[in-house]
Amino acid sequence: MTERKTLRTKTYVLLALMVIFGSSGDVLLSRGMKKLGGLDAWSFHGVLHFFINAFTNGSVWLGIAMLLLFFISYLLVLSWADFSYVSPASAVGYVLVAVMGYFFLGEYVPPVRWLGVALICVGVFLVGGTHPNTRQSG
Amino acid sequence: MSLRTALFIGIIVLTGQGGDIALSVAMKQTGEVKSFTPRNLARTIGRSFQIGWMWLGIGLMAVAFFSLLALLSWANVSLVVPATASSYIVGTMGAQFLLGEHVDKTRWIGVLIVCIGVAILCAA
Repeated sequence: MTERKTLRTKTYVLLALMVIFGSSGDVLLSRGMKKLGGLDAWSFHGVLHFFINAFTNGSVWLGIAMLLLFFISYLLVLSWADFSYVSPASAVGYVLVAVMGYFFLGEYVPPVRWLGVALICVGVFLVGGTHPNTRQSG
Repeated sequence: MSLRTALFIGIIVLTGQGGDIALSVAMKQTGEVKSFTPRNLARTIGRSFQIGWMWLGIGLMAVAFFSLLALLSWANVSLVVPATASSYIVGTMGAQFLLGEHVDKTRWIGVLIVCIGVAILCAA
């Protein structure tokens, strides 16, 4: 029973880390790339200049670091949890991005999007109620 | 939707989920992480990269990523992203039939609802 509880707790913690690192990584990369602007010319020098600018941008590096931490968290949770559990449960990241956009960036979120957010929450709640490792639980 | 667009969506979903399933196999072979010290975590990650499934997974995910980039060069993101929400269904089927995970009715209903929710959220 305690082992079951420990498994559940560490799965929730790793999923939370995945969602936080993944969402913040996407936001930071997006912010960094928007600061750079579009790629003006598809010449060798144009592309080289674009990548040099991208890799000297703090937001881009921070975004890459966050996505790397996301990937490590993802690998670690997969070492014990079912893929069919981790994959849908991590969709809560979409909810986090929508809620953060609404509360912190003042973005308008249309009612249809809130419907999507509500459905994801219900789905994740249902998946979250099942055992994270069905091969262990039998 | 053109045949080319549908084909690319299929490639993205199959290679993306195939990649995730291969990563899952690699991590199950690596073994459950029980100690979370930095040394043990580094050792676990290092060990996982010595398993062929890990490299197959990364390769398939790279194919999915570059196919997505190619698809976005002609198709609208408002079509592409909601369509790839079907990945949740394909991934769960793969987990059930290839990995032998026991996906009960509750989990399947949850997966379907998440899939619809993501499609609506991304299409809006």
